[in-house]
Amino acid sequence: MNQHVKNVTPETTDLSRRSFLVGTAATGLVLGYAGVPGVSEALAAPSNLEPSVWYAISPEGLVTVTCGKADMGQHIASTMAQIVCEELGAKWSDMRVQLASNDPKFNDPVLGAQITGGSWSTMMNFDAMSRAGAAGRIALAQGAATAMGVPASELVVRDSVISHPKSKKQMSFADVVKSGKATKTFTADELKAITLKTPDQYTMIGVSVPQLDIPSKTNGTAKYGIDVMLPGMAYGKVVTPPVRFGATVKSVDDSDAKKVPGFIKAVTIDDKTQTTSGWVVAVANTYANARKAADALKISYDGGPNAKLSSQSLLDEAKRLQGLDDSGQYFVKDGDPNAAFGSAAKVLEAEYTTNINIHAPMEPMNATAEFKGDILHIYSGNQFATRSGAIAAGAAGIDPKFVVMHQLWLGGGFGRRLDADMMVPAVQAAKAVGKPVKVIYSRENDMTMDFSRPLTYQKVKAGVDGDGKLVAISHDVVSAWPTQRWGIPDFLSPSVDKKGPLDSFTVNGSDFFYTVPNHYVRAIKNEMAHNATPSGQLRSVAPGWTFWAVESMIDEIAAATGKDPAQLRISLLDGAGKNDGGAQRLRNTLLAAMGLAGYGTKKLPKGEGMGVACVSSQERATASWTACVAHVAVAPSGEVTVKKLTVATDVGTQVHPDNIRAQVEGAALWGLSLAMYEKATLKDGGIEQTNFDSYTPLRMSQMPEVAVAVIANGEKATGVGEPAVTVVAPAIGNAIFNASGARVRALPITAEAVKANMKA
Amino acid sequence: MPTLTINGRSMSVDAANDTPLLWAIREQLQMTGTKFGCGAGLCGACTVHVNGEAVRSCQTMVGDVAGKKITTIEGLSAKGDHPLQKAWIAEQVPQCGYCQSGQIMQAASLLAKNPNPTKEEVVAHMDGNLCRCMTYSRIQKAIMRAATEMRTASASGNERRPT
Repeated sequence: MNQHVKNVTPETTDLSRRSFLVGTAATGLVLGYAGVPGVSEALAAPSNLEPSVWYAISPEGLVTVTCGKADMGQHIASTMAQIVCEELGAKWSDMRVQLASNDPKFNDPVLGAQITGGSWSTMMNFDAMSRAGAAGRIALAQGAATAMGVPASELVVRDSVISHPKSKKQMSFADVVKSGKATKTFTADELKAITLKTPDQYTMIGVSVPQLDIPSKTNGTAKYGIDVMLPGMAYGKVVTPPVRFGATVKSVDDSDAKKVPGFIKAVTIDDKTQTTSGWVVAVANTYANARKAADALKISYDGGPNAKLSSQSLLDEAKRLQGLDDSGQYFVKDGDPNAAFGSAAKVLEAEYTTNINIHAPMEPMNATAEFKGDILHIYSGNQFATRSGAIAAGAAGIDPKFVVMHQLWLGGGFGRRLDADMMVPAVQAAKAVGKPVKVIYSRENDMTMDFSRPLTYQKVKAGVDGDGKLVAISHDVVSAWPTQRWGIPDFLSPSVDKKGPLDSFTVNGSDFFYTVPNHYVRAIKNEMAHNATPSGQLRSVAPGWTFWAVESMIDEIAAATGKDPAQLRISLLDGAGKNDGGAQRLRNTLLAAMGLAGYGTKKLPKGEGMGVACVSSQERATASWTACVAHVAVAPSGEVTVKKLTVATDVGTQVHPDNIRAQVEGAALWGLSLAMYEKATLKDGGIEQTNFDSYTPLRMSQMPEVAVAVIANGEKATGVGEPAVTVVAPAIGNAIFNASGARVRALPITAEAVKANMKA
Repeated sequence: MPTLTINGRSMSVDAANDTPLLWAIREQLQMTGTKFGCGAGLCGACTVHVNGEAVRSCQTMVGDVAGKKITTIEGLSAKGDHPLQKAWIAEQVPQCGYCQSGQIMQAASLLAKNPNPTKEEVVAHMDGNLCRCMTYSRIQKAIMRAATEMRTASASGNERRPT
């Protein structure tokens, strides 16, 4: 019987009913939270126990950490192993990682689900993994004390060896596991009471150990979802309609497809989960033949309600909604900006836009589905196993408890693999042909059916008093609501004006750490965009557009009041009231970036300029304090060359300094790519860009110098995968203004827009 | 049934001549280190060597490479210890890793001909290979490290080449 089927009771994040178990079995020592009720009875017969596991120690002494997080290049599995290793006292070369299935026992201990995003993983799992490691060390030490006949308190645990300096006796972890003497169990309270190491005692945290997954990614052996091979498997190529969403299939003529050797069947998807619309899968014995068959299908569509929409329609609708007094819900409502504008000496107003952006991870979307008895097995690299398993079940018409999700390395995620559309064609094709089917999107399918970063429109109004002090900001954010699309109420937030839940993942960041006494933020859902371009979370999510608006406007205020834009920010980051703590950290980070970039220390040549921005991405409660100084050159033609990006980020505690640098640099270059090179457009209801010739992420030749400063001041560890994405576009926009006088308010920035905005 | 010479071995594949080499390698021979990225020669994830030249296997048909010497990431070195592979580990290049087989194969064809490339030559040679994680600066460093190692090794004779 499948283990998942037994664990049907929804898990809660409340660990009080669970016990941390240490039990020996033939396979070695397993350590984790028990995912079953009635722990006390179970303890009487440990051999019958199936405790959930974070890691296991084999009789050979190898420590295998099971990672419930999707690993898409952020090396999170390796990071989790490092945190366990620190407290466990194992040798790094003994550490191994494996990826978890969707069994609820591997759920995030804070979030109660398997989801990877928000730069949350290290922050939310640091404590649980540390305690798991420490509990293992204590259990092993007690076992060793019994076996060696010495007091446990006199033992030293280091590099997978437990030694007793007085008697010079020692046992390896392997010896203790084999002895069967490690039997200590921990209740949740005991676990909580364990004294963890203080930072000065760390020997692993803060060390750039070799990442465990990297060797396999240099020799072709790392297995991604697309690499799964099952006996008797067929291949599916999806045929997607010209309209992003809302089309239906009227007819499918497969007469030419039948002439393709190896063709099995054309399956028209009936998607009750409403994740896809109007899709057909051509199934054949090989993927090459499936592609040929897909090309040979003649399909007629009803384009549906969105077939005439364009990017312009979505923008026009956004402007219409913003103009209505009663649209949207309030995310921030401090003071009364409207009254303040009435008495302000100066009022500034500006519109900021971002275009549709496509994730385009290098591994196109894919999934392999196999029905085995009652169980549906899904093989796919996925960031949200909890929801994706349910979508797969919905596509199959079965209960989610019968779905097993097999995780693999992700060939890029960036938020794209939070979605589960790829499950649907794989499941229905496998069901229709009675064999396992691997569905692989073409790059064209992948781009035109992306759950994209939505087109956004923001209007910001700012009021300055007679002393030049910023007294009011009113900020409207109009976009599709990606998180609402998930249909999970817990991911929505109550609105301040009690008009029902809002999608805070469209406005995060607008609740900045500047002291502005009168501050409104309104989240307005663009229903038209929501329906026509089902959107998703793209690396950094809302702060990728909210800070574009906020940090550009702060610069516009500085220009209007004759202040240095960096000094204005420093004065606004005074740490008053609710901003205490965060504001000062952000100020210090900005100062660090300014120092590293040499901001204001020398006169730049004509046509060059530096611009600053600072952000509290991702969410106010999960901020990594990040600042950027961009150095650009602007030609008279309006062409912009980014010469250097200097990024400083305060992450509290560094688990792996080299990885943080890699993530921050990658994130900053993403920010540059989104700011300058990536643009998707909607026409006749469809995404116009189909491959890397028309949708053009940054290439090596476009890479500027990037300098990164990481601040680790001993505070709690925060996330690093996304924040640096969000700080770059406004820093570049502000640098362009300083270099040329041209204020740009639309992303991506084009030479035409820069030239048009230059003062003659 | 076309016969392909891949990584020094002769293997027959059950694929029509107009099948992209990429899919024959991945599905027929189950060597999955070579990756599908765009199907249009725009990203470089599928790069392999044909007679020592880096080619996009998604744009190369099986019928056109019969009798030619094909090398994939699996055959670049016996133990994954080509100087580029070692440099990729030393510089901790990969993030998601998906494009890196193609990056390494593309870089290997450069160093085979030009053991002392300038940064500009590296960029020009590598610009067709996309990395969505944006690991470009580490790719550059790793290529320079491997080039140095290869020059040192050849200067001191192959028998003394560090392993």
